[in-house]
Amino acid sequence: MSKRIVIDPVTRIEGHAKISIFVDDAGNVADAEFHVVEFRGFEKFCEGRPFGEMPGITPRICGICPVSHLLASAKAGDAIMAVDIPPAADKLRRLMNLGQIVQSHALSFFHLSAPDFLLGWDTPQPRRNVFGLIGSNKELARAGIRLRQFGQEIIEILGGKKIHPAWAVPGGVRAPLTKDGRERIRQWMPEAFATTQAAFDVWNKTMETHRRELQIFGNFPSLFMGLVSEDGTWEHHGGRLRFTDSSGSIIADQVDPQKYFEVIGESVQSSSYLKSPYYLPLGFPDGIYRVGPLARLNVAEQMGVPRADAELKKFTKLGRGAVTSSFLYHYARLIEILAALEYIELYLDDDELLSDYLRADAGINSLRGVGASEAPRGTLFHDYTVDRNGLLQKVNLIVATGQNNLAMNRTVAQIARHYVKGDEIPEPLLNRVEHGIRCYDPCLSCSTHAAGQMPMCVRLIAPDGTVIREVTRG
Amino acid sequence: MAAKTLTIDGKPISAEEGATILQASEEAGAKIPTLCHLDGVYDVGACRLCLVEVTGVPKLLPACTTTVAEGMDVKTDSERLRRYRRMILELLFAERNHVCAVCVSNGHCELQTLAYNHGMDHVRYDYLFPKWGVDNTHPLFGMDHNRCILCTRCVRVCWHIEGAGTKNVSGRGAQARIITDLNIPWGESDSCTRCGKCVQACPTGALSHKGSTVGEMERDRGKLEFIVLAREKKQWVTAD
Ligand code: SF4
Ligand code: SF4
Ligand code: FES
Repeated sequence: MSKRIVIDPVTRIEGHAKISIFVDDAGNVADAEFHVVEFRGFEKFCEGRPFGEMPGITPRICGICPVSHLLASAKAGDAIMAVDIPPAADKLRRLMNLGQIVQSHALSFFHLSAPDFLLGWDTPQPRRNVFGLIGSNKELARAGIRLRQFGQEIIEILGGKKIHPAWAVPGGVRAPLTKDGRERIRQWMPEAFATTQAAFDVWNKTMETHRRELQIFGNFPSLFMGLVSEDGTWEHHGGRLRFTDSSGSIIADQVDPQKYFEVIGESVQSSSYLKSPYYLPLGFPDGIYRVGPLARLNVAEQMGVPRADAELKKFTKLGRGAVTSSFLYHYARLIEILAALEYIELYLDDDELLSDYLRADAGINSLRGVGASEAPRGTLFHDYTVDRNGLLQKVNLIVATGQNNLAMNRTVAQIARHYVKGDEIPEPLLNRVEHGIRCYDPCLSCSTHAAGQMPMCVRLIAPDGTVIREVTRG
Repeated sequence: MAAKTLTIDGKPISAEEGATILQASEEAGAKIPTLCHLDGVYDVGACRLCLVEVTGVPKLLPACTTTVAEGMDVKTDSERLRRYRRMILELLFAERNHVCAVCVSNGHCELQTLAYNHGMDHVRYDYLFPKWGVDNTHPLFGMDHNRCILCTRCVRVCWHIEGAGTKNVSGRGAQARIITDLNIPWGESDSCTRCGKCVQACPTGALSHKGSTVGEMERDRGKLEFIVLAREKKQWVTAD
């Protein structure tokens, strides 16, 4: 039998979550679980609707990554129409996704995570947040906020408004980049690069001072999955799936995302509404894999742009084979911001993005279509089955936070093992477990597709299941 | 034709005999909200949004189907009228499933615009959440019964401008719905000429070009007026 320690809520993560730490009779941590207790109902809600509406509907699943759902949804629509979208539309969608990666990673790094490692784990709330950071490192905090703004502005320039832009549609996009928009983006570039450089400097120091965190914040072998191009270059909107193991060997490559179900199984956990996907050939739970920045950098052979490639070389040296510490998600995020900036810069000199041939037209040519795109947090799948008239019969969404669920559990257990002694929930543990989860930057309302709340409390449960102690934190 | 003199919102007006209050009000510069009225086809008084007060008549009268009379004193705006109009709008929203944020007509919808203009910030009635489907069988157009307000504009343009007679109404009350021919999937209709006039006529997101996504349905009512004007007056002029 084991005791259960429940930490709730994980602040600064969108949505609500609850963590259980299972302790055995000797007082050692046996296991941990990061529960997602929100209700899932989104897939049902879409049934019967025309598939073309999905790019307008799905961004509403998640307030924090609407763009990712928009793009995956439009891609699933392309697959149902069985069209190759116009090249300009593909580039424009990519540009938007790059904007999304920049804004989301900037939010994760500067607003949500940096306060922990820059202000110190044990800085009490409410100071261990971006406002605290503004107090202690005004320049960096300000630059980070502006970097996020830059990403949001790209999205807005293309999609018209910051959130829920129904701009990408099955077959392409609705509007091109304007010359004026292009110049607005161009003006930001020097500042965006400078901010990223400053973040790298901060990060390099952080790695020196946080060796313990590197060791225990989710450092374990697992598989990694992400999209790569034909020659193994980093991909974010297109390409095919690649799995590598923790030695860095490729175990599955160039898997057509349309056939994701041949390599990915989905296990439904009773303790969580989140589906836990796993690599099918290895079964559950051995097929645990991680997605997101860390995974993408592990599966990619190169970034495809010079400055990010130089960083990738340094990054790769941090692992034997694959880089396995989830604390390095932060570093991977910075490298992806840099790569995104370099790709954005390339697009600024590409006149095709101003083209008005943006939309392919077709009827229903396939009754099932999958759209896979790299959301900032990891690979996102939208899988639609339609009838002959294009009305949705079945919708399956696989989101990053679901795919990282098992890894998050392991991360929590690993951290807890170093901090939990006996019946106590020591203060240092709470902040560190929170951060361990934050490495993955989960977006919970996204993972469970709808919102719903749980009471917030910390519970200590005896081996026989009784609650010994209850602490409310918030 | 004899002219009638009347007052609309205190303004003396002369209107042709047989003109509706709605037509006369245009001259008076009064803007009466309408929903089922569509220039070019006859009026049926289905939505009741155009209700006006007429001195001496205890009940409210629809401006689109009430003809002017000598000495009539019409009021097109009052606290009472605004209250009723808002109520009508709320009932329309409660009766079907309107999710503007994801609707093809978002931003270009007459119902939505009227709701904004009448300060409809919430609906006081219980939503019925009926189970209505989408008919996407037609190669060009889609019909989403969830958004239909049964104004019958589509039926009237189909019968009286196009002359195809494809669109009809079946059922009563809350069960009433727009059907194709004798209730067959739209895509199987032989009478439908695929002219798309119904789609141009629809005030809401109920009828749309297939494949439209959020906010993409913008209609061009000018086309209908153009045809009617050309047919009736033998004038081939564009609106602007
Ligand atoms: S038809 Fe109009 S009112 Fe109804 S959901 Fe669509 S936009 Fe909103
Ligand atoms: S389909 Fe449109 S035009 Fe026809 S009755 Fe319904 S709302 Fe009116
Ligand atoms: S416009 Fe007069 S009743 Fe509808």
